[in-house]
Amino acid sequence: MTIDLSQFHAIFLEESFEGLQVMESSLLNMIEGETDVDIINNIFRAAHSIKGGSATFGFSNVAALTHVLETLLDEFRSDKRIVTKDLISLLLESVDCVRDMLSAIQDGGKYNESSAIEVQNKLQQVLTGEILSINNPDEAEEIESDVQGWRILFSPYPSMLQNGNDPFRIIREIQSLGSVKIEVDLEKLPILAELDPEDCYLSWEILLHAAVSKDEINEVFEWVIDDCDLKIEPIGSDVVIQDTDNEIIEEMLSTAANARDDVVKGDQESESLSRLSPEVKHKRTTNSGSIRVGIDKVDEMINMVSELVITQSMLGQLGEDFTMVDIEKLKEGLCQLERNTRELQESVMRIRMLPISFVFNRFPRMIRDLSNELGKQVELRLSGEQTEVDKTVMEKIGDPLIHLVRNSLDHGLEKPDIRVANGKPEIGILHLNAYHKGGSIIIEISDDGAGLDRDKIRNKAIQNGLIADDDILTDEKIYDLIFQAGFSTADQVSDVSGRGVGMDVVRKNIRELGGSIVIKSTPGEGSKITIHLPLTLAIMDGQLVRVGDEIYIIPLVSIIESLQIKPEKVKSITGKMELYKLREEYLNITRLYQLFTLTPDSEDINDGLLVVVEGDGAKVGLYVDELLGQQQVVIKSLETNYKHINGVSGATILGDGTVAMILDVPGLIAISKDRAENTVERVA
Amino acid sequence: MSALETVDVNTNYDVGEGAENQYLTFMLMGEEYGVDILRVQEIRCWQTVTTLPNAPVYVKGVVNIRGSIVPVVDLRMRFGMEEVEYTPVTVVIVVKVLNEEGRERVMGVVVDTVSDTYIIPEENMKPAPEFGDSIDLTCVKGLATVNDNMLILLDIDRLLNSDELTVLERG
Repeated sequence: MTIDLSQFHAIFLEESFEGLQVMESSLLNMIEGETDVDIINNIFRAAHSIKGGSATFGFSNVAALTHVLETLLDEFRSDKRIVTKDLISLLLESVDCVRDMLSAIQDGGKYNESSAIEVQNKLQQVLTGEILSINNPDEAEEIESDVQGWRILFSPYPSMLQNGNDPFRIIREIQSLGSVKIEVDLEKLPILAELDPEDCYLSWEILLHAAVSKDEINEVFEWVIDDCDLKIEPIGSDVVIQDTDNEIIEEMLSTAANARDDVVKGDQESESLSRLSPEVKHKRTTNSGSIRVGIDKVDEMINMVSELVITQSMLGQLGEDFTMVDIEKLKEGLCQLERNTRELQESVMRIRMLPISFVFNRFPRMIRDLSNELGKQVELRLSGEQTEVDKTVMEKIGDPLIHLVRNSLDHGLEKPDIRVANGKPEIGILHLNAYHKGGSIIIEISDDGAGLDRDKIRNKAIQNGLIADDDILTDEKIYDLIFQAGFSTADQVSDVSGRGVGMDVVRKNIRELGGSIVIKSTPGEGSKITIHLPLTLAIMDGQLVRVGDEIYIIPLVSIIESLQIKPEKVKSITGKMELYKLREEYLNITRLYQLFTLTPDSEDINDGLLVVVEGDGAKVGLYVDELLGQQQVVIKSLETNYKHINGVSGATILGDGTVAMILDVPGLIAISKDRAENTVERVA
Repeated sequence: MSALETVDVNTNYDVGEGAENQYLTFMLMGEEYGVDILRVQEIRCWQTVTTLPNAPVYVKGVVNIRGSIVPVVDLRMRFGMEEVEYTPVTVVIVVKVLNEEGRERVMGVVVDTVSDTYIIPEENMKPAPEFGDSIDLTCVKGLATVNDNMLILLDIDRLLNSDELTVLERG
C-alpha cells in the first residue's frame, strides 16, 4: 500500500518547528564547559525526530544536516567533547539553517543553500578535524581502514516491540551490509507461562564481516537507539564467517519473523491508528493555523455545554404549559441561561488564549546575538510569561515587541565602558514583564540604559519639520514624536535599528489591535515602554452612548469617568477650542456630533454629558447626548465588506438586530487633535 | 420580526449552462438595468440602516445580514440621480463584489424595484457608446435589447470598487 506522505508534511513541519524551538532554548541554557545531560538529551531528541521525519519524507538536505548535528551532540553526551561558546554558536547557527530549510519546504521557496553547506562543512570540520586533538583515539574512526568487521551487541529493551520496532528487520538490514554471524542470547527468556508476547526477551551478538564504517551500522540502528543497549566494536580479520551458518540464520530468521509477525503488526497498527487520529484532525486546521488545547480546558467546556443543555430543557419544559404563576421560575431560568452563556463564552475564549511565553521565548536568543553584535552586556529578565493572551493578539504583537526590544538594546543600553563611567554596573538589564490589569494585558519593556534624549529628539523633530523650533512640548509629547514616520535619532544607521521605519509601524500595529503604547523615560536611568492590549479581540465590554439618532459604543476600558457638565467649568481658548476643568486638569472637549457630522439633540454644552476617555496616554472629554446601558458586544469587522473608517474600530450587532459602531478612542483623539490644530491655524 | 422578505434567487433558477449570461434586472428612474445573476446573493426589503460617519452620501449605512455587517449603497445617488423616498417596494439587492485581488465582499444596492430575469447571449450584447469616461459609463458592461426595451448591463465590480468605497482600506 502506498501512502501519500505529503498529507503529513504540515504536521511534520509544525512539529519540527516546535522541535527547533526546543533546541534553541535548550542551547541557550547550555553553559560553557559543563555537560548537562538533560539539556543535551533534550536537544538530541528534538534533532533526532527532525532527522527521522525529514528522512522519511525525503528531505535529504535536512536529514543530512541534522545527522551531523546529532553526531556532534552525541559527543557531548558521551563526554568526548567539551561544550564551548563557539560550539554553541555553531549549533545555534545550524538550528537557524534547519529552520530556513524547513520554511523553504513549507512555502515551496528556496533556502540559502550556500550558508547551509557552510554550516554543514563547519560541523564536519569540528567533527573530523578536531577529533584527533581530543584524547579519544580508541573511538576515532581512523581504524576504519583496516577494519575487517564489527562485533555488535544488540540487546533490545523489553519494550522495543511495543514501540513498533522489529529487531529482525534490523538484523536483516545488517545482513545486507555483508556476511554476518549471529548468536542469540536466550538467557532472559522466561518459561512459556510467564512469557508476554509483547515483550522482547532476546539479545543478539552479531559479527558483521564487512568493510563498512561505524556510521553505516549506526544508521541501521537509528530508530531503535533509544530502545536498546547497543555496543559496536571493531574486530580483526580473524573471524571468518561460514556460509552455512548464514543460511541457518536466515532460516531461523524467517520462521521466527513469521511467528512474531502477527504480534508486531497488531502493535504497529494500533500505534499508527492512535497516532493518526489527532494528526488528521490537525491537518484540517493547519492552513489556518492550529491551537493545542489542554484537555482540561476542553473538559471544562463540555461541562458547561451540558449545563446549558440542562437549562435549555428546563426552560423548554416550563414553556410547555406556561402560566403566570411560573413567572418567577422563568426569570430564574433565564438568569441561569445567562450565566451559562457567559461561562461558556469565557471558556471558549480561554481556548484561544496562550501564555505570552510563546513570544517571550524568542528573546533570549535574539538578545544573545544582538549583544554580541553590538558589544554590549545585557541581562534579560522575563516575568509574567504565563500571562495568557489571545492567539491573534500574540501573533500580531510579536514583531512590534521585537522591534522595541531591539531599540532598547541599540539606543537605550550603553556600552560597558560608558556604563562603568556613569557608575552603573557593567551589565545592563532589560526587563520584559506581562500582566493582566482590568480587561487588558499590559506588557512592559524596561531597561536601565541612558533613557531617551529629550534634546536630541527635539532637534531631530525640528530638523524633520515635525515641530517648530519654538514649540513648547511636554516630555510625553516629545517621547511621542519617536512614533512619527521617518523619525530616527540614531547617529549611525546600524543593522539593528535606526532606519526610521519601525516605531510608527509599531504604534500602528498596536493600535490596530485596539491597544496603546506609552513611553516613560528618565535620562541616565533608563526608559520604560508600556503597551496596553485588549484581552481578546472578539468580545469586549462597551458603554452605549447616544448622539442624535445614532448609538455608539465606547470600549469600557478606555472610559475613565462620565460626568454631567457644570457650565462654570467649561473654558475656551481663542473662543474655538473648548476645555473642561476636571479637578486639576484641563480636558479638551470633543463633540462627537461634529466629528461625525450628525444632528445632536442639542448643541448646548449644558444639555449633554461628558465621557472622559483615555487613549495613547491622552485624555479627552467626549460630548454625547445620553448614556445608555453597558453591555458585552461582539466585535465585527467593518473592513470585511466595506473599509476602515477613521475613529471607528468596528461594529457590533445590538440586541434588536441593528448595527452600532464601536468607537476607536485613540483614533478619535487623533482626529480631534487634527481638527483643533486646523482651527488654531485658521485663527492664527 | 421586521418586514424582512428574503428571496433566495439562486435556488429559483436553474443555474446550469447559460446561467453565465443570465441577468437580474431592476428599475431605476424608469431605466432598466441588469446585473449578473450569479453575483446576486439575495433580495431584501429596505430596512433602516445604521449610518456610517463621514461616508460618501450614496453609502446609506450598514445593515446586519445574518451576523455580517453589510454596507448599503443607493444606486440613484451613486449615479447622481434624483433622490426618492423609500417605499415598501424599494428593495435592496445584495450582491457579491470582487475586487482586483479577488477578495469577495458583500454589498447591498438600493434600487426602485426588481423587474425580471433574462438570458442574454454574449452576441446580443452591444458595447456602450464611448462618451468620455464618466463613472456612469465605465460601469456599463454593455447594452442589450429585450422586447424593444434597452437594458443596461452593469459591471458591479467596477461600480462598487470605486475609490470612495475602497481606498481607505489601507489607512
